[in-house]
Parts: sequence; C-alpha cells; structure tokens
Amino acid sequence: MALNRRDFLKIAAAGVGAAGAADTAKALQRGPKPMPPEALGMLYDSTLCIGCKACVAACKEANDMPPEHTGQAEAIWDTPVELSGKTLNVIKVYQDGDMEQKDREVNGYAFVKRHCLHCVDPSCVSVCPVSAMTKDPLTGIVEHHADRCIGCRYCVEGCPFAVPKFEYNEAFGQIQKCQFCSHLQAKGQIPACCDVCPTGASLFGKVSDLSEEARRRLAGQAGERYVFTRGELGGDRPPHEAKLADYIKDIYGEKQLGGVQVLYLSAVPFEKLGLPTNVPEYSYAAIAEGIQHTLYKWMIAPAVLLVGLLYVVRRNLGRRGEAGNESGADQSSDRGQS
Amino acid sequence: MSAHEPVGGRLLTKPFMVFAVLAMIGFAILAARFFFGLGAVTNLNDGYTWGIWIVIDIMIGTAFGCAGYSVALLVYLLNRGEYHPLVRPALLAGLFGYTLGGMAAVIDLGRYWQIYTLFMPWYAQFNSIMLEVAWCVTAYTIVLWIEFTPTFLERFGLKNLRQKLSKVLFIFIAVGILLPTMHQSSLGTMLVALGYQVSPLWQTQWIGLLFLVSAILMGYAIVPFEGILASMGLRRPVEGELIARLSRIMFVVLAGYLIIRFADLIARGALGLAFAGDLDAVMFWVENLLFVVPLLLLVQAGNRSSPRMIFIAAISLLLAGSVYRINAYLVGYHPAGGGWHYFPSVPEMLVTVGIFSLEVVAYLVFVKKLPVLHRA
Ligand code: SF4
Ligand code: SF4
Ligand code: SF4
Repeated sequence: MALNRRDFLKIAAAGVGAAGAADTAKALQRGPKPMPPEALGMLYDSTLCIGCKACVAACKEANDMPPEHTGQAEAIWDTPVELSGKTLNVIKVYQDGDMEQKDREVNGYAFVKRHCLHCVDPSCVSVCPVSAMTKDPLTGIVEHHADRCIGCRYCVEGCPFAVPKFEYNEAFGQIQKCQFCSHLQAKGQIPACCDVCPTGASLFGKVSDLSEEARRRLAGQAGERYVFTRGELGGDRPPHEAKLADYIKDIYGEKQLGGVQVLYLSAVPFEKLGLPTNVPEYSYAAIAEGIQHTLYKWMIAPAVLLVGLLYVVRRNLGRRGEAGNESGADQSSDRGQS
Repeated sequence: MSAHEPVGGRLLTKPFMVFAVLAMIGFAILAARFFFGLGAVTNLNDGYTWGIWIVIDIMIGTAFGCAGYSVALLVYLLNRGEYHPLVRPALLAGLFGYTLGGMAAVIDLGRYWQIYTLFMPWYAQFNSIMLEVAWCVTAYTIVLWIEFTPTFLERFGLKNLRQKLSKVLFIFIAVGILLPTMHQSSLGTMLVALGYQVSPLWQTQWIGLLFLVSAILMGYAIVPFEGILASMGLRRPVEGELIARLSRIMFVVLAGYLIIRFADLIARGALGLAFAGDLDAVMFWVENLLFVVPLLLLVQAGNRSSPRMIFIAAISLLLAGSVYRINAYLVGYHPAGGGWHYFPSVPEMLVTVGIFSLEVVAYLVFVKKLPVLHRA
C-alpha cells in the first residue's frame, strides 16, 4: 500500500490551514478587561526608594509571615532575596559596574519592589480551576483563598510576574501572595508597606489618581524640586520635598499585559528592574480564554460532535452485525472486514 | 464465546518481581512527600513548580494512554473493523495510563485534601483550562473502566449483565472518543496562559492541535510497541498484518503533524530560534529528529511490513512525543524573574519509575488472568 499523491495533497492542505495561524490569532482572542471602577493600587517610584526594607519588615508583621534565612543558615535576621512561601514583598537591587550612582543604568544601581501587581486581567484568576483567586469587581484587588485551593499551582506557572508562591516544605502547604493587606483595608487602614515607607516610594491610592500623579512627575524637569506625598495619595501625612529624578518617560504597568494596578516609575530601563517589557498589551489570559471560548462556547461544538459520534459509532457497530455486543469484539467474524 | 482469552501461565516471573519491587520503592518514598511536603522529595522550586510528576506522569502517561482512543478512532469512527483485535490491548494501555496519571495528579496536588472543590459546581471557574482537563480526565477514566467491563464480566461468566451493558456500550464508546479529543488538546492549550515564559519554539495558539495529533500518534505507536513486546515476553504471535496496515496510518498522521508543526513555526517567524545554538535549540532538533526518523522509516513500503522496523519507528515516535512535552513544559519554559533551575531529584524520579512499574505489573496481571489478548 503505497501512499499516493492524493494523500499528500490532503496533508498539505492541512498544513496550509495552519499557516493561516497568524491571521486567526486576533480572531481567537477575547476582548480586554476594563479597569475596575474604583480600582485601588500603588505607585512605586524606584527613584525615591532608599532600600531600607522597612516595607519588607512591616509586611511580615502585618501578615504574620515567618522570617527567612537565605545563604547563611546561622543568620538571626530576616534575609529574603526573592518572593517565596514566607515572603510576600521583597526589595531587590539592580547593579552595574562600580555602582557609583543611584538611578543610573551604567555604573549605577536602583531598587525595585516585588509583590503582586493586581493585574487588570489577571492570569492567576483566569487559570484557577476552583475560583481560589478572585478579583474584586470594585477595587480590583486580587485575593487568594486557601480554603478552596487544591494546590495545582497553575497560578504559579501562569503569573507573568512570578508572584504566587507555594510552601513546598510543609506537609499541608498553601499558596502565598500579597493580598494588598485587605485585612487592614477592611479596618480603614492602608497596606503596611505604604504605611511605613519613609519616602513615599510606595504610595497607596486610587489607580486613576496615582497615574495622574505619575504623569505630573514625568512632566517635571529632572533636578526640579517636587513635593512628594507619603503613605496615601490625598492623605494628611506631612510630605517631603526632593529633586525629581531623570525618569524614563514612561509609566510601567498602564499598558503591559492588559494593565496592572501597581504602577512603576524608574530612572533605569524597566527591564533592568526585572519587569517584563517584551510583552503584548493584552493579557495572555485573553488568548487562552479566547481559544477555549471559541471551541467550547455553550458547549455547542462538543455537543454536536458527541451527537455525530453517537450516530457514527452506532451505525458502524450495527454494520458489522455486532450492535450491542461490543468493546473488544466477540465475533471472530469481525476480522478481515473493512 | 469470546474471541479473547487470558494468556495464563505463572504470574510471579522475574520481570514481574522486579517491577513490583520498583513500584514498592516508589510508594515508600511517597510517604515522605505526605509527611514533609513536596519539597522533601522533589526538586520543585519557586520558579519550576511543575516537574516530572506533571509532565511525565500525567502529560506523557496519558498520551501513552491514548492507545485506546486512537484505535477507537479507527475501528468505530472510520469503521475499520479489521483492527478490532487491537481494541482490548489498547484499551488496557489507556486504562492504566489514565488511572495512574490521575493518581499522579493527586500526589502532586499541593492541597490534595481539598480536591473535592474541583467537583463542586459553585467553585467551578469555567475559564480555567485546568478545570476542563480535570473533569474530562476523570470522566474518561471512568469511561475506560466501563468500556473494559465486558472483559471482567466475561471472565466471571456474568452473561446477563454483559448483554445489558452491550446495549448501551456505544454511548460510552462515543463519549470515549469525545473526551480525549477535548482534554489532550487542552493539555497543550494550558501552555498558552504561560505566555512569554515559554520559548516561541513551543508557545503557539495551535499547541492544542499539536498536542492532540501527537497524542494520537503516540496512541498508535503504543499498539505495535505493546504488541511486539507482548509477543516476545509472552510468546504470542504478532498481529503482523494488522500492525503493518496501522503503520501506514501512522505515517499519514505523522506527515500531517510535521507539516502543521513547521508551517506554524514559519508563519510565526519563530524558526530562527532553532539555530540559536542554546539548549532550547538542541532539544528542539532532538524532538523533531525523533519525529522524522519514523517518517523516513515508514515511507518505504518494505519497512511497513517489517515488525522490527515498525517497532523502531514506534519507539522513536513515543520518545518524540515525550520529548515534545518535556520541551514545551520544562526545557522551553523560562520562568519569569529568571535564575531558576530544575532537574528532578533521584527520589522524584524513583516515584515516576514506581508509577510506571505499577503499570507494567498491572498489565501482566490483567493479560494473564483476563481475556484481553486476541485468541492466537
Ligand atoms: S501579578 Fe500575578 S498574582 Fe498578581 S494579579 Fe497579576 S497574575 Fe495574579
Ligand atoms: S494553586 Fe490554588 S489558587 Fe493556584 S490555580 Fe491552583 S487551585 Fe487556584
Ligand atoms: S519602605 Fe519605602 S523606601 Fe524603604 S525599601 Fe520599602 S519602598 Fe523602599
């Protein structure tokens, strides 16, 4: 039985269909999600951050998280270097050359704060099978609920910012991630990191106000005096005055991956701070859901397929005279037919 | 009267004992996982949270388990009744592939004691591809056991029940074709949400189709693989004629797979990465050469009637599909933030070996004691 030309043409046609893949990409995508109406968030200004890690300590205390000893096991103080099952918020540093000057790309250094960015279209919420990740429809805060989580860790794989972490060394571990101190907010307080930040590098507020504030900073001249708010935008804490840095003229997080509610300002390129920049302006959740919704809308396609299968299978069984006598053929007469 | 019969013979042979011991070692190690957490046994870390228990035990295990699905496609959908003697052994491969894949999933779940939430409709999150996979795989495992039930009923002489079941069996056969079509593609589509973390050599919106077609291929490859091994190990005649015909079908599907795979790479402009000279590129070529070898072997009509050549082609295909899955989820996956490495720990590997050994042990028990293989 040699393969003939017709077979090959059939296969080739299938291949051409796949080549059209690029065009269908957009068609398969579901639309973007809007910013929630009363979205709360944070503005982290890397140029204001002095790396004091008061926010890291405050986070541990507010959320009752254990200290972490990285490197020297003897260390008696908390030394997290990355987010983990014990650490919801961490300060990292970018360094280059002799690190002579802060906020400079070459021979300089800069700080960056890592925690959940409370995405507008969060992958973690989209991938979780049991609704253990939720996004508040009003404030947009993304919360994890351990009481129903099965620990599949799809959220860990799916988060584009590597935020959710699992407790691997516990018999009954759970997922840990920044919940934006929702328990403090319920009492009328602000997230612990913003509360203790001495410079206003971590600033709490409504996302719309925060992005206006960010724009004001970008509009100013580098070196100009500027009054920086501390704690909460619009709050009544004493501000402090400092020089505006030589910012990268862009706000990270307004567009990337469908937008996030924690915005970043920096004087070194965002990718140096470990923020993914080579990414689309839509969330990957929009593509994944788009494909699934196209295939499984109202379960119509599977239902139609099933009806077709029922019909064909039944007919084929009947044809061979074995209707109702199936799975592994009892008649030896079924050999040699086609 | 059945056209199938138990192979019979002694059960406690040497290979049987070896695999049984391996299975026991694997399960002894698992105790540590339950007492001290996943980290005590595996090398999973904050970057690579899915390891070989997910990629090998579940993804590759169930793809091997597609034998039942692939043969059902032929026999019941394309009405190629001549392949019928292959149905039961293929179903058996599916039965174990899926049952043990499901078991591995529970072992790997970080919070397995809450697994019931997966099946509580009020917790269901319908955008989650994981949810669809979980439901489909569970349902299909049940369907496989039902499809296999006639074998038990025959063995224990329950004629009446056997006949009643026969009347509705076509429903389970149809569902048994639908479900793998859904979840084998979804196992691939699950990767889409990982976005930029997966190299463009594997990240594509068509990955669902590629996972499905490669799973069908692996399903076909299992049939001659298992058949020829059984004929050597259990001294059974090879279903030579059938396997030769099957290999032609394998060839056609394989050619289709490779055309889609490369057309997609070219259309997305991602093929350049295959020449980057890094580990991704090397593994990409290993994977695709393993796909091309069986293509070259099976293109020659002569080889398609040589059990030896078909056996080699089948092994190459099984490896190819396995490497494809490992590449997509582990090698080509570069977790956000960077700086993470993963290579499975020895205990982690022993658990995987244990699970596969349990599969072999169960296979031997079943074919020796139940009417699975076609009468010689
Ligand atoms: S940063 Fe990660 S964990 Fe936080 S909302 Fe976005 S996807 Fe979820
Ligand atoms: S680990 Fe928990 S929260 Fe994360 S996706 Fe799985 S069930 Fe959801
Ligand atoms: S408290 Fe403020 S200044 Fe100190 S490390 Fe945190 S963000 Fe930076």
